[in-house]
Amino acid sequence: MNQLLEISFSSLASSIHSWLSSAIANATILNVVEMAIAGVCLLVFLVPLCFVLGYMERKVAAFMQLRLGPNRVGPKGTLQIVADTVKLIFKEGLTPNASDKFLFNLAPIIVVVVSMLVMAPIAFAKNFQLWDLNIGVLYVTSISSIAVIGILMAGWSSYNKYSLLGAMRSGAQIVSYELSVGLSIISIVIMTGSLKISDIVMSQADGWWIFKGHLPIFISFVIFVIASTAEINRAPFDLSEAEQELTGGFHTEYSGMKFAMFLLAEYINLFVVSAMAATLFLGGWMPFHIGHWEAFNHIMDFIPSSLWFLGKTFAIIFIIMQFRWTFPRLRVDQLLNLEWKYLLPISMVNIILVTIMAIMGWYL
Amino acid sequence: MNTLMLAVEQSTPINYLPVVLQLLVAIGFVIFMVGVTHLLGPKRKTADKLINFESGIPQVGNARQPMAIKYFLVAILFVLFDVEVIFFYPYAINFKELGTEGFMAVLMFVAFFLCGFIYIIKKGALEWEE
Amino acid sequence: MDLFEAIFWFLTAMAIGSALGVILSRNPINSVLFLIATFFAISGHYILMNAQFLAIVNIIVYAGAIMVLFLFVIMLMNLNADVEPQKSRLVQFAGIISGGILFLLILAALRDMKAAGVIEKTATDIGLMKNLGKTLFQNYVFPFEISSVLFLSAMIGAMVIGKKETLVIDKN
Repeated sequence: MNQLLEISFSSLASSIHSWLSSAIANATILNVVEMAIAGVCLLVFLVPLCFVLGYMERKVAAFMQLRLGPNRVGPKGTLQIVADTVKLIFKEGLTPNASDKFLFNLAPIIVVVVSMLVMAPIAFAKNFQLWDLNIGVLYVTSISSIAVIGILMAGWSSYNKYSLLGAMRSGAQIVSYELSVGLSIISIVIMTGSLKISDIVMSQADGWWIFKGHLPIFISFVIFVIASTAEINRAPFDLSEAEQELTGGFHTEYSGMKFAMFLLAEYINLFVVSAMAATLFLGGWMPFHIGHWEAFNHIMDFIPSSLWFLGKTFAIIFIIMQFRWTFPRLRVDQLLNLEWKYLLPISMVNIILVTIMAIMGWYL
Repeated sequence: MNTLMLAVEQSTPINYLPVVLQLLVAIGFVIFMVGVTHLLGPKRKTADKLINFESGIPQVGNARQPMAIKYFLVAILFVLFDVEVIFFYPYAINFKELGTEGFMAVLMFVAFFLCGFIYIIKKGALEWEE
Repeated sequence: MDLFEAIFWFLTAMAIGSALGVILSRNPINSVLFLIATFFAISGHYILMNAQFLAIVNIIVYAGAIMVLFLFVIMLMNLNADVEPQKSRLVQFAGIISGGILFLLILAALRDMKAAGVIEKTATDIGLMKNLGKTLFQNYVFPFEISSVLFLSAMIGAMVIGKKETLVIDKN
């Protein structure tokens, strides 16, 4: 019965594998072909994902402000975002004369490529992961630290004061909050003793870390959500693109598809960050279990693992989206104060607490 | 594990081949999208259209203006603390084998950093308003 | 091993090419970007040698952190195309001489390296994170602690340079 409901990706993956291995003899070519398929699958997954997130963003905004949101194009406005994408494709992509033309065009490519690379080690469902690297979490932190270079490049090459100022602010903000994100991730690494995403998920089979990690892990979860909201430049930390003072921030000069690339990167980053939060703290694709309530646990097991993963991820995405309509935007000095005077010391002390807790074995 | 790439064993250089392919796919996607819009979009460029945006007025001065030194300070502190965070990773993986001694080493390391941190706060490096 | 060799040569060419780009490009921002490309090539080499932690740290610390610092510094300075200082002949000459001496020195050192014959061609497990952490926290605890003192001094240095003591002048 359980097998029947798990029409999920793993059986699909293994059947593709067996079919390909009968067709192709050479092992290396087989691997390359499989990885190429995986990469294309990820792309096929990404575009609808961004549509969903774009639609969700508007609907959440409307919900928070008692508005209707998009409701004309398609049923309940679902095709609005598709219409917008088509519009953006047919827009003229301008490159200002004064800008550094090569860097100006390179910057959106770097930003999107970086966010797509970070997707690779995420475990979407039971036995379905594109790339289970043995330093998975560290890989995610390292690649996402490159994004700031694309942003600085965009701001600098535009030859526009707003862009430059926006890029400098984003740069300072991203690098600052990266520290807290890193320390929160380390607290989970200490608990599991592994950087591999699959190990981290498996370690939560008997309870998610947010429950069995007590207060310190809960603190690092909160810090992770706050700091990663800041790291992906979303409100209330979106002062890099504060319209009232900086027009569009680092992407003031971008138009058409190049602008859409920044938007795409923002949505992918939002998904990645939420997926990481779900994987590290909320058990990834692990279903919700309560102790010895066998009947309850059994019912929970019937829900496919991919649904569990996506449900948790979208719950966190919803939280991050409603931040935008709940909190006013911070000033740049408040922003840096929050990180350097509150989050960073708290997470440093928290790491020590987590280490003591792990050495003493004070967790379930 | 049991992904699409079944055959390879962990922790060998071949494990990093997927990232290369992923990179190629991602670059291909972005270049395709930007290329499509370049082909389909209108190309009516005028000199006025291609000047930089400055809220509707002609550009004043020059966009290469020196920035506040505070950004630089934040960046330099970030480098230092980032290295600290990096040092935690090898410890986090091994801390069970390392036991109390390793913990003491890390504690001392963090203590040094906290000293520096308190010094920075006391000096007011992170005060943005003078 | 054919694929490895191809990747190795590709990375080598990329590293040397972008390192040359760092020196030859006139625009400092382009230099920084070439430097980032160099770091990526070197990280690729680390991965080929199975030193995963080093590869990742190279990306985080050098390409992620230090390059951001470089970019900030470049943006901090007033960089107009027309104010590029023209270096005098003497300075250029001195640069060539000192660079040449350094090059000779490295060449000589590399020749000695070859004589020792310690180049390991196959990937080992030494660079894996588990082993590296054990070595770092068991055999090299003292240098590890010293490095934190180094960081402390770097912080103080940054403060001294970056934070000028401002004179408070009473306007009344």
